[in-house]
Amino acid sequence: MSSELRYTANTQLENLHARYTGTGHADLSKHDWITHQHRDTLASIVGHPTLTSYLAIADGESIGRVRFEMAERMLQPCGPPPKVAN
Amino acid sequence: MHLYNLTLQPPTAITHAVVGNFSGARQQEIIVSHGTRLELLRPDVQAGGKFTTIVSTDVFGSIRSLASFRLTGSTKDYAVVASDSGRIIILDYDPKSSSFIKLHQETYGKSGARRIVPGQFLATDPKGRSVMVAAMEKAKLVYILNRDAAANLTISSPLEAHKNTAIIHHIVGLDVGFENPLFAALEVDYSEADQDATGEALKNTEKMLTYYELDLGLNHVVRKWSEPIDSRANLLVQVPGGQLASSERFDGPSGVLVCCENHIIYRHMDAPAHRVPIPRRNHPLEDPNRGVLIVAAVMHKMKGAFFFLLQSEDGDLFKVTIEHEDEEVKDVRIKYFDTVPVASSLCILKSGFLFVASEFGNHYMYRFQKLGDDDDEPEFNSASFSGFGMANPKMPLPHAYFRTRPLDNLMLSDETESLDPVIDSKVLNLLPNSDSPQIFAACGRGARSTLRTLRHGLEVEESVSSELPGIPNAVWTTKKREDDAYDSYIILSFINGTLVLSIGENIEEVQDTGFLSSAPTLAVQQIGSDGLLQVHPGGIRHVLADKRVNEWRAPGGKTIVCATTNKRQVVVALSSAELVYFELDLDGQLNEYQDLKAMGSTVLALSVGEVPEGRQRTPYLAVGCEDQTVRIISLDPDTTMETISLQALTAPPSAICIAEMLDASINKAQPTMFVNIGLQNGVLLRTVLDPINGQLTDTRTRFLGTRPIRLVRVMVQRNPAILALSSRSWLNYTYQNMMHFTPLIFENLDYAWSFSAELCQEGLIGIAGSVLRIFQVPNLGMKLKQDSIPLSHTPRKFITHPENNYFYLIEGDHRVRGKVASEMRLRELRSNGIEVDEEVVSLPPDAFGYPKAPAGTWASSIRIVDPVEAKTVLEIPLDGNEAAFSIAIVPFSAQNGELHLVVGTAADTTLTPKSCSSGFLRAYKFTDDGAGLEFLHKTETDDVPLALMAFQGRLVAGVGKALRIYDIGKKKLLRKVENKNFPSTIVTLNTQGSRILVGDMQESVFFVAYKPPENRLLIFADDTQPRWTTAVTMLDYNTVAGGDRFGNVFVNRLDSKISEQVDEDPTGAGILHEKGLFMGAPHKTKMLAHFHVGDIITSIHKVSLVAGAREVLLYTCLHGTIGILVPFTSKEDVDFISTLEQHMRTEQGSLVGRDHLSWRGYYTPVKAVVDGDLCETFARLVASKQSNIAGELDRTVGEVLKKLEQLRVTTSGF
Repeated sequence: MSSELRYTANTQLENLHARYTGTGHADLSKHDWITHQHRDTLASIVGHPTLTSYLAIADGESIGRVRFEMAERMLQPCGPPPKVAN
Repeated sequence: MHLYNLTLQPPTAITHAVVGNFSGARQQEIIVSHGTRLELLRPDVQAGGKFTTIVSTDVFGSIRSLASFRLTGSTKDYAVVASDSGRIIILDYDPKSSSFIKLHQETYGKSGARRIVPGQFLATDPKGRSVMVAAMEKAKLVYILNRDAAANLTISSPLEAHKNTAIIHHIVGLDVGFENPLFAALEVDYSEADQDATGEALKNTEKMLTYYELDLGLNHVVRKWSEPIDSRANLLVQVPGGQLASSERFDGPSGVLVCCENHIIYRHMDAPAHRVPIPRRNHPLEDPNRGVLIVAAVMHKMKGAFFFLLQSEDGDLFKVTIEHEDEEVKDVRIKYFDTVPVASSLCILKSGFLFVASEFGNHYMYRFQKLGDDDDEPEFNSASFSGFGMANPKMPLPHAYFRTRPLDNLMLSDETESLDPVIDSKVLNLLPNSDSPQIFAACGRGARSTLRTLRHGLEVEESVSSELPGIPNAVWTTKKREDDAYDSYIILSFINGTLVLSIGENIEEVQDTGFLSSAPTLAVQQIGSDGLLQVHPGGIRHVLADKRVNEWRAPGGKTIVCATTNKRQVVVALSSAELVYFELDLDGQLNEYQDLKAMGSTVLALSVGEVPEGRQRTPYLAVGCEDQTVRIISLDPDTTMETISLQALTAPPSAICIAEMLDASINKAQPTMFVNIGLQNGVLLRTVLDPINGQLTDTRTRFLGTRPIRLVRVMVQRNPAILALSSRSWLNYTYQNMMHFTPLIFENLDYAWSFSAELCQEGLIGIAGSVLRIFQVPNLGMKLKQDSIPLSHTPRKFITHPENNYFYLIEGDHRVRGKVASEMRLRELRSNGIEVDEEVVSLPPDAFGYPKAPAGTWASSIRIVDPVEAKTVLEIPLDGNEAAFSIAIVPFSAQNGELHLVVGTAADTTLTPKSCSSGFLRAYKFTDDGAGLEFLHKTETDDVPLALMAFQGRLVAGVGKALRIYDIGKKKLLRKVENKNFPSTIVTLNTQGSRILVGDMQESVFFVAYKPPENRLLIFADDTQPRWTTAVTMLDYNTVAGGDRFGNVFVNRLDSKISEQVDEDPTGAGILHEKGLFMGAPHKTKMLAHFHVGDIITSIHKVSLVAGAREVLLYTCLHGTIGILVPFTSKEDVDFISTLEQHMRTEQGSLVGRDHLSWRGYYTPVKAVVDGDLCETFARLVASKQSNIAGELDRTVGEVLKKLEQLRVTTSGF
């Protein structure tokens, strides 16, 4: 976590959360957390050329398609969020 | 333990390629990224687009994106590199120093390939005014590029064009002429889908094509336009646009081509969209429900026209043209062009070449034969559909089809070898007459897979080989005159005579050359402007241009024993151990220096260097005597024949050769004078001769072979080189300003010389026994020669047989129908009366690939390969949709130790979710001495058996999460014992004694003990780190080395006390009841070494690469990297090399701005491994920095270089 967060405490927390997508907070739901995890992982796979090659060989697809399907999956990697009871 | 990591073969995969005039000359060049390396390639248009590597540098970071741009009015292109360093880099190629210069390095974020840190995508404005760098999500930064008053490139601070909660699929710079720069992005906003539990919002989420305008006046970026686009859009391609200043005419309509699954859409702001279908293969086995995706694209502008080549994931190229009137698009047309391997990047060169950087396998250069303008290939155009194909954008257009056919518009002109991907390897010495082991690598993907034999050495191309009447002992070639372009004579010296051949249309014997034919020859030289010189035991013959001969006879009773010559000087040694010196005077007369020089010991070898340009003579002579010394003697007129320096040797010398060669590690500006001394015991010494005081310094030694060495000065690719002949022939040459020493993969030569004729301008001529050979060395710098055996599917694993030389290899492809299944399907189609296009069906799969089948379909086979003969002995295809995943040869004790082949297969395997209908263990018997297999039986398993190994006369198998021991039965393999406590999936197995090391797919390596009395398999130790194991080998009983999926290598060791304790426990009851530690095994291994290679390790071996040298760890990686880890032998070496590494880290920053220490410690801090690749860049530093660092280390520069060379040579021979 960045040093600014430590010193300015909560005043700018919201702002910082908006800036650093994927940062957790106390009220994070399990679904939000796992979704972030998956998006981070998918982005990391696309970002490492060796990993896309590895998956493409295993799956018998082209690297281009592996990359595309990974990016597509980032939209909703873990299904819709659970229903919230009012 | 401390290790030294050295890359023997850098990665050969190309992840990006961009074309441009990077050196500023008129010629186009290509910069390619190999993932962790940048390389500048210059295609030779005359030689069919063959590449010359100009620079190749390790960037110590992972390159994620590469683009080029050119400032308006400039003639030079710059490269922009986005990597995982969180920095944008602008590189300039400097032709003077032949290196990349980092012009700008702007930090914008954290390092690492993160979701919201830009670096994944790069887009440049076609006029070179700005560049956009984007992340996978949200972040997009725009930099403005400009020139300052001194015409230097400047870069602004970044402007943000972020959009929260938006996943970015692609970005591209639009061509808008000189209006404000525009960038287009494909984005999907997930914020609503994230909130909606019903899933309705997800369905309504649209992919948007958004334009971002950089307002150069206001210096900020605005979202200019955003429109929904096909939800399966994946790629944007720039369409030319903008007006020419001179002619009002529009270059094109501007806008973008949006490549979607099955469609290409033309879009631009305020303009109607056009849509065309991507034609599909008309193959009877093609799955009609499968989408066609464009994976690579290139746009080419010619005078007044432009076209696109788009490549589908089957490798089919489509030519797209846009018909337009000014800015209004009338029609978009698409047609099939040709089929080439699937590319990661396509580049079109103005000289009419298409460079295909393949995503897997070799890279290709094609020449355009025509542009597919006037052929009868069906064309599909947007105007033929209602509303230009956009009447109902949600509905797909009707399928369009084409027939695949062999190349028509393109012609293959050159091929660059690439190992990528290396899936498995073995290191063995199988080939005859080889003293170092070969690397056998299973490479490639699909139908283009190969099994390659890699041999250390330079490839040799032989052009002539002819038998001679006797066995000559030496050969020379010579010109007649100094200014002749080619050689005229070949002189062969036999034991009792000399044969002169003239080189013309035929090579034939000539008599009237003035050479003495009745005696052997010791030296031949073209001397002065038009004289020839022959040294024979009785004297020296100087043949003048008019055939007059001046002869000098050796004094009575003495003979000449050896001689050395250059264009102006001759030195001969007499049998009385005296030297006679001759020099050419200005009249072209050879004058003898009055005094003989007595050496006191028989002279064995002599050498003078070439006369430096514009000089009368070279001032130094090297003399090797029988008393095991080499003396440097002055030839200077003032001090003629005075001994200057002396070097003692360990054995009598057999040859000496003084040569001036460029070695940038010693002197970057001019060639260094080397004295090479070959000894009779096969050792070569290389020392540097100081041109000022004649002292010998910086001696390096190398063992070349078992025979006394002969040395010959030759020319290779217009540079001086030295051929060293022993029981192997070696070439010492300069490549990319660095000195290299590589064996030739060729028959042993007894003697050799340069050879230059019209047909073979840069050749060499050699004698091997009684055979005369003329040959060339075409690829300098390629240190591994590859020979390949084609395979039909992606190789998965292979093993060697303990008794014969065959390899047993399993191969398999997902989403491909097996041969039997396809034939059955075709027969079915035919019997249903459906016409099958036989021509299309019979096209070779290595060029066109296999038709894609749904997930869960496999084609697989077992293959027996003879690696020595380089051929397939037998191929057994698997039926029933089975795919082979593991293989082992097991000597079953139940069958008296008879060897059996066991293959682990699974039927109907799918990868996500991981499942199969059933796994099988197929048992085979060997027949015909291993050339055949007899199927015995197959045993069902509940999961995929990914790892098999022989263990104490039985089979141990990793089946999913379970480790089992099987014994052989009559009808089945019989399960004896099982341990199911592994966390994910077992992928590797190793054993020593009764210990089994189990590599888990996600959780590193487990130590398992087998306790026979209780028949138990007990896990007693594991790793503290989760590791996605890919390859593992045991270094010793307690130590394990391996690689993981994120590109790390590691060494773990178990405490020897625990090891003993476990071994002493007879039943394993102690381990069984021991309490687990950290939710795992009771004991933990300790990490000894850790290093991030940057490429996924696919195999790792403990081998010795040089006969008699210590063992090293050799690893091969997915993208084609081959590297070694060398254990240091002394603490001093560790201290010295690690300190050097530290200095190099500060001195030699990464080219992409990645911090070296954090790159090598990407996932876990680097531990006990020194990066040899970084240390070796010491040789390329400027001299002042070199001496600074060497000073800090209390050594001389020479000593540092020598140490680095020694580390490489003694362990790898490279």
